[in-house]
Amino acid sequence: MAYSAFRIFRESLTGNRGWKPVWREPEPRPDYDIIIVGGGGHGLSTAYYLARNHGITRVAVLEKGWLGSGNVGRNTTIIRSNYMLPGNQPFYELSLKLWEGLEQDFNFNAMVSQRGVLNLYHSDPQRDAFVRRGNAMKLSGADPVLLDEAGVRKLCPFLDFDNARFPIRGGLWQPRGGTVRHDAVAWGYARGADRRGVDIIQNCEVTGFLIDSGVCKGVETARGPIRAKSVAVAVAGSSSRVMAKAGIRLPIESHVLQAFVSEGLKPVLPGVITFGAGHFYVSQSDKGGLVFGGDIDGYNSYAQRGNLPAVEDVCEGGMAIMPMIGRARLLRMWGGLVDMSMDGSAFIDRTEIDGLFFNGGWCYGGFKATPASGFCFAHLLATGESHPVARQMRLDRFRRGKLIDEKGQGAQPNLH
Amino acid sequence: MIINHPLLGPRDAAEFVHLGDAAMIDRPDWQAKDAAEAFHDYLYLRDNPAGTYRELWYHEQGDRSWLVVIRDTITHDIKNVELARDHARRRGRSR
Amino acid sequence: MTGRFRIPGGLVDRTQPIGFSFNGRELSGLQGDTLASALLANGQRLVGRSFKYHRPRGILSAGPEEPNALVQLHRGARLEPNTKATVTELFAGLAATSQNHLGSLDFDLLAVNDLLSPFLTAGFYYKTFMWPKSFWEKVYEPLIRSSAGLGRLSGEADPDHYDKGFLHCDLLVIGAGPAGLSAALAAGESGARVILADEDFVMGGRLNSETHAVNGQPGHEWAARTVAELAEMETVRLMPRTTVFGAFDHGIYGVLERRRDHLPPLADGSSDSRQPRQILWHIYTKRAILASGSIERPIAFTNNDRPGIMLAGAVRAYANRFGVACGQRVAVFTNNDDGWRTAADLQDKDIDIAAVVDTRSLPDGPPIHLNARVPIHAGEEVVDTRGRRGITKLVLASGKRVRADCLAVSGGWNPSIHLSSHHGGRPVWNDNIAGFVPGERHPPNLSVAGAAGGSLTLGSAFREGTAQAAAVLDSLGYPPSRRPVPEASDEPAAISAFWHVRESRGRAWIDFQNDVTDKDVRLSHREGYRSVEHLKRYTTLGMSTDQGKTANVNGLAAMAKLSGRTIPETGTTVFRPPWTPVAIAAFAGRSRGRDFRPVRLTPSHRWAEEQGAVFVETGSWLRAQWFPRPGEHGWRQSVDREVRTTRNTAGFCDVTTLGKIDIKGTDAGTFLDRVYTGTFSTLPIGRVRYGLMLREDGIAYDDGTTARLGESHYLMTTTTANAVLVFRQLEFARQCLWPDLDVHLVSVTDGWAQFSVAGPHSRDLLRTIIDPQHDISNAAFPFMACSELTVCGGCAARLFRISFSGELAYELAVPARFGDSMIRRIAQSGLAFDAVPYGTEALGVMRIEKGHASGNELDGQTTALNLGLSAMVSTKKDFIGMTLAKRPELNRKDAVRLMGFIPVDRAAPLAAGAHFLARDADPTTENDQGWMSSAAHSPILGHDIGIGFIERGHERVGEIVRAWDAVRGRDTDVEIVSPHFLDPKGDRLRG
Repeated sequence: MAYSAFRIFRESLTGNRGWKPVWREPEPRPDYDIIIVGGGGHGLSTAYYLARNHGITRVAVLEKGWLGSGNVGRNTTIIRSNYMLPGNQPFYELSLKLWEGLEQDFNFNAMVSQRGVLNLYHSDPQRDAFVRRGNAMKLSGADPVLLDEAGVRKLCPFLDFDNARFPIRGGLWQPRGGTVRHDAVAWGYARGADRRGVDIIQNCEVTGFLIDSGVCKGVETARGPIRAKSVAVAVAGSSSRVMAKAGIRLPIESHVLQAFVSEGLKPVLPGVITFGAGHFYVSQSDKGGLVFGGDIDGYNSYAQRGNLPAVEDVCEGGMAIMPMIGRARLLRMWGGLVDMSMDGSAFIDRTEIDGLFFNGGWCYGGFKATPASGFCFAHLLATGESHPVARQMRLDRFRRGKLIDEKGQGAQPNLH
Repeated sequence: MIINHPLLGPRDAAEFVHLGDAAMIDRPDWQAKDAAEAFHDYLYLRDNPAGTYRELWYHEQGDRSWLVVIRDTITHDIKNVELARDHARRRGRSR
Repeated sequence: MTGRFRIPGGLVDRTQPIGFSFNGRELSGLQGDTLASALLANGQRLVGRSFKYHRPRGILSAGPEEPNALVQLHRGARLEPNTKATVTELFAGLAATSQNHLGSLDFDLLAVNDLLSPFLTAGFYYKTFMWPKSFWEKVYEPLIRSSAGLGRLSGEADPDHYDKGFLHCDLLVIGAGPAGLSAALAAGESGARVILADEDFVMGGRLNSETHAVNGQPGHEWAARTVAELAEMETVRLMPRTTVFGAFDHGIYGVLERRRDHLPPLADGSSDSRQPRQILWHIYTKRAILASGSIERPIAFTNNDRPGIMLAGAVRAYANRFGVACGQRVAVFTNNDDGWRTAADLQDKDIDIAAVVDTRSLPDGPPIHLNARVPIHAGEEVVDTRGRRGITKLVLASGKRVRADCLAVSGGWNPSIHLSSHHGGRPVWNDNIAGFVPGERHPPNLSVAGAAGGSLTLGSAFREGTAQAAAVLDSLGYPPSRRPVPEASDEPAAISAFWHVRESRGRAWIDFQNDVTDKDVRLSHREGYRSVEHLKRYTTLGMSTDQGKTANVNGLAAMAKLSGRTIPETGTTVFRPPWTPVAIAAFAGRSRGRDFRPVRLTPSHRWAEEQGAVFVETGSWLRAQWFPRPGEHGWRQSVDREVRTTRNTAGFCDVTTLGKIDIKGTDAGTFLDRVYTGTFSTLPIGRVRYGLMLREDGIAYDDGTTARLGESHYLMTTTTANAVLVFRQLEFARQCLWPDLDVHLVSVTDGWAQFSVAGPHSRDLLRTIIDPQHDISNAAFPFMACSELTVCGGCAARLFRISFSGELAYELAVPARFGDSMIRRIAQSGLAFDAVPYGTEALGVMRIEKGHASGNELDGQTTALNLGLSAMVSTKKDFIGMTLAKRPELNRKDAVRLMGFIPVDRAAPLAAGAHFLARDADPTTENDQGWMSSAAHSPILGHDIGIGFIERGHERVGEIVRAWDAVRGRDTDVEIVSPHFLDPKGDRLRG
C-alpha cells in the first residue's frame, strides 16, 4: 500500500480501517540466498538495497528482539558528512546523498530534516583542523562552510559568546547535515524490504553458525537451523558476542553511550550544534525535545545504561555554551551499546570464514551511516567486491597498518 | 561506580581512567618469530566479553596506581580489585 | 476568601493567605497549597491544552504523574516551562501562565486540530509530507514544530545557581509515606545512618490525603509526630522537597533537592543571590528501601479527558489534605473498592455525590455503605461525557445521563516501581492488584516496601517498612529495633481488572498529554506495530513529560486485548532515569560560564597581565599570546616585532606549561630506552637529548627533550597537550609492563617555572642572572648541555641549552614559587640587551621557520617517517611502538612527508588546512596529496611560509603544487621546499 496524503484522506473517511500491516510476520524458510543477522538499521537497509539494487530477494533478516530495537532506535538522530580522512568522507557523503532521496525512494516519511550541523571551534589549531576537514569534505563533494565568530552569532545568537571559559571563535557549518526520525528509518527500510519479498523475522535469535570446513552455510537460531549461501552480520554492540560463535575475535569493544532528551519545548535551536571544547551536542526534535549527548562513559559495558559522571559532563558542556537551556528539564536518559573499534572507524568486509560477512565497528556514529552501510554491504554481498567508497573499511587494516583514525587516538576505543 | 582500591579503600570511579582489557599487560616478545602477528593480536583484538571482564583502571586523580579490576560488563558488579603490578608479576612480567 | 471551592479541614493554614496569579488573574491560596489545589479552590478548572489536538485540559492528579496541568512559572530569564501544577508549592507572588495555545487558553486557535483528528492519527506524518521534496524543511516541518512542543524557554541564561553535594548513609529511604516512615523509624532508632527523602514538601505520603487512623490517631497526625521524632534522631537526615531520581551503580543514587523553588525568586545581585536554587546530591548508600507508593490509573472511555475528570485518589487528596472540593456534584467511576473511599470521604464533607458507577456487578453489595440517596450503578460503565471546557454530564452504557461537574475515576493502582528497573530489570505482573511489581533483577542493595511492591493496604505498608528496615539493620550489624509496627486498618482492596469501556465512535484517551487514544492503539495494532516498543514509538504513548506514569499500563492493556494476549505476554514497561524530569542546570552545577573548567595560570601570569599581554586558552592553561606595545596596530605587528627582536637580540617566554616528569632509579635509563625511539641510557650526565615517543601502534605520540641530571636521575619534558597522557602511559609501562624495573616517576610540571631565553644575546643576558661560579660559555656549556646551578645569589635552578626557535637559546627553570620573581628579573636584566617578552604566536612563527613539528603535525596520525624523523628510530632495541611501526602501509614509498611550502607569488597568503593537489588535477578525494599543517608569516623571510605533509615530498623539492583551500576560497600555487626555512645547518643554535 503506497502512502500519500490522498491515502490518508481516504482512510480517514472510513475510520482508518483500511490500513494494512507495514510488514509481514513470516515463518522462517529452511534456506535463503542471504541471511542478515540483526534487524537494526544497518541490517534492514542491507536487505532493502540487496532487493532494490541487486534484485536479490531470497533474503531473511533475523532479529533477536523487535525490529529496530538496537541503536537505530536509541541514538541522537544526527546525519552529516563532515569527516576528514579519505577512508571515511566519501562513504559518509554517499550516505548523506542517500538520505536526501530516501523518503521518496522507500515511500515513508522519515522526516529527513536538513537544518544543518554546526561544529564550534575555540582556538586557532582547532580552526586549522576544521579547515583541513572542510577541504576534505569539499574534495568529496560535500558542503562545508567556515564561519567566523560573527557568522556563528548570526546563526546562533543564543550561544554564550561573552562569558565563556573557551570562547567561541567560529564554526564549521554543514547546511546539508541535520536529523532524521530514527525509528522511521528502521520502519521505512523494513517496509521497503518486506514489500520486495524479504522475510523479516523478529524474535529469532541466532545462537550459532553452521560452519563446514571453513565455509559458513547458515545459522542456528532459537527457531531451528536456517541455511544460506551467505551470512551477513550487522549487530553493532553485540558484534563480539555474535562473531565469537564463529570463533572470530574482533578489533572492537562494546561501550555505553548515553543520550538524553528534554521535555518538549517550542522551537529554539536552528539545527545540530556541537561544542568544540567539551562533550556536548544537541538538536531539537520535531516534537520539541532537546536531544543531546556527549562522550561515552568510558568503560566496557553491555548494560545499556550509564552513570552520573557522564550525565554531568554532558550537561556542563551544554550549560557552558548555551546557558539558556538551564531551566529545561532532562526528561529521559538512556544508554546505547556501541561497537567501538580500535581506530574509531567501521568495517564492511568479508571474514576469514567463506560465506560469512561482517559489518560493524560504527562506534557512536552508526546512525548517519545507515543508508550507505546497507548500500555498500549489499554491494559486497551481491558482487563479492567492496564498494569503492568502502574500500578501506577492511578488517585486516590493522595488520597492514592502513588506519582510519580520525581523532588520532590510536588503539584505545574509549578515546575515539 | 565505586572501585575498592586495595590501598585507599572505596573510591568513586570518576577519579579513575579506564584503559581496557587487562590483557594489555601481556606485551609480546619483540624478537619472537611471529612478533608482527602477536603485536597485532595484542593491540587490536579483544575478547570483549559480556560478563566477567578483567580490566585496567588508572587512579589518575589519586595515587596513580594502575589496578586490575574484575567487573561484570552486564551488571557492572565488581568482584575483585588488585594492583596491576601484582597481577603483572603473576603473569610473569618483571624487568 | 481563598476560593469558592474551599471546604473545611485539611492541612492548609487558613491564617496564611497567599496571593498568586494565573494568566494574569490575581488569585489567592493558602499556605500548604500546591498551585493545583489553589487553582481548584478558585474554580479554575481549565489549565492547559493538550499536545496535539489542543484539547482543553484540567488537573488529573495530585502528584508527579500529572499529564495535563503543565504551566509556565515566572517571567523573564527565570521562565520555567512545563511545570506540573500538582507538585508546585504555592508561594507569594507566584506567577503561572498556561502554555501550548495560539490565542488565549479559552479560545485556542489550534483546537482546529481536534476537528482534523481523523487525519491526524498515530504516525500520519510518516505517510505524507513527502512531496514536493523541498517542502519538508520549508513548509511542513516549521508548521509541525511550531504547533508541537509545549512550553517556551526564555532564551536567556538561567540566572540561578545550582550546587552539587555528596552524602553517605547506611540506609536511604525513598519516600516518606507509611512504609518509608516506619522503615526510617526502625532504622534510625537502632542508630543506623538514615536519609529519608521525599519529593513532597510535607512528609507522610498518602497518610496526609486519607482518613485512615494509625495507632488510634488520624494518619496525618501520626505522620507529623513521626517526622518530628525522626528529626530529633542524630543519625537521621530528613530531606523533604527531595526527589530520588535515579539508581546508579554500586548503591549511588541521583537525588535532587529543591532548596528555593517554594520561595519567591531572589533578586539578582542580592546578598544571597548565589544561594543554590537546587542541589544535585550523589548519595552513596549501603542499602536503600524503595517506599515510593503507587499511582492511580485512569480508565479509557470516550472523552475521558475533559477538565473535571480526575483520578479518584486525587479528588480525595484535594478534599482531605487541601480542603478543596473538586466539584459541587461529584460522580465516581471505579473498578475497585478504593474508588468508593472517595465517595465516602466526600460525602463526609457534605459534597454531593452524583453517582457511583462500578464496573463490577457487586453481588455482595457496595464495599462501603454510602448515604442511601447516592445512586449506585453496579456492573455499569461510563461511555461518554459532555461539556466543552469541563465536564457537565456523563453518559452510562445504559444510555442514562448523570449530571456532574467532577468525575472521579479509579482504575486501580500501579506500584511506583521505576527506580527498581533503573538497572534494566523487568517488572513482573501481579494479578491480585492487576499491576506490575518489581522483578528479580532490581539494583543490588535496594529492597521494596509497601505499595511500591504491590502491597496496597496501609497495614501492609507499615509491616513491610518495618520488616525491610529490620533486614537492613541485621545485614549491617545494627541491633534490631524494638519499635512495634504501627497499627492501622488493613482493608482488602479488591479489584477486577478493567481498562477500557466497550468500543465507541469517540476517542478514549490513554496518554492524555500526547493525545494517544484507543484508536491510535488500534491503528498501531492494525499496521503491525504490535511489540510494546513499536506501540510506544509509533503512537508516542508514554513519551510525554510524565513518561507514561498514568498511560503505560493502560496502553499495554489495550494492545493486549487487541492481540488476544495477556498483558505480561504483550510486554512490560521498563523505566529509565530520571523518575521525574530534572533541570539541565542542576546537572551542571557551578561548572558553567567561566567556571566551566578550572584555569591554569603560568607563574608569569601576573607579570604578563601587567605588560598588557593578550592571553589565549591552551588546553586548560592561559598563556600570553603576544605583548602589544603602544602604537602597534593589530597582532601581526606585535608578533613580527617579537620574532625579529628575538632573532636579532634576545627574547624570553614562559614555557612552564610543557610537561615535566622527574624520573629516578637505577633502571631509569633502561626505562627511557623502552619508551623512546632513541637511546637514553648512554646519554652523558649533564646532557640533553631530543626524544620521540611512539604509541604501541607505531604512530608518533609525543616529543620533547630529556636531560640527564645524575647517574640515576633524568628529567623528561613533554608537549603541553600531552603532559597528562604521557605520564599516564609511562606509569602504565612502569607498573604493568616492567613492574620490577627500579624506576620512579613524579610529575613536576607545576613544581618548576621554566623560561626560554633565546637569541644572540641570550647567553650574555643569562650571565647577569646565573651566579658567576657557573661557566656557561659555549665551550663549557655547549648546545644540548644541562646543569643544576644557582641564580640570583644562591637560588636553586636548572639550565638547559635547548632551542625551539633555532636561535642560541636556553631554558631556565626555578622552583615555581620564584617564577614571578624570575620573570621580572629576566625582564629587568633584559633591558640592557634589548630583550623582549614573546608569546605563543611568536613561538609558533619561529618554530615554523625552523621546521619543528608541533601539535598540528603530531596529530596522532603521523609516523616518524612522515615527520622526517626516521633517523631517530632505533632498529636495535625494543621500545613501545617498535614492532607495529614496521607495518607495510605505514612505510609506503608514497607516504606523505613533512615539507616546507612557499607561495610562488610571495605576496600570497598561506593558511593551515589547505590540501595539496597537482597543478592540473581536479579537486577530488582521489587527487588529494596531503595537507598544510601549519602556516605563518615569516618576518625574517618577508613572506608567508607553511609546513605540511605531501606524498613523496622529499623527492619533490622545487615542484609547484596547488594549496587548495576551498573553504576559505583560496587556491594558491606553492613551491615545495625544505621545512627548515632558517639556518638549516644549525649554526645559530650552536653559536
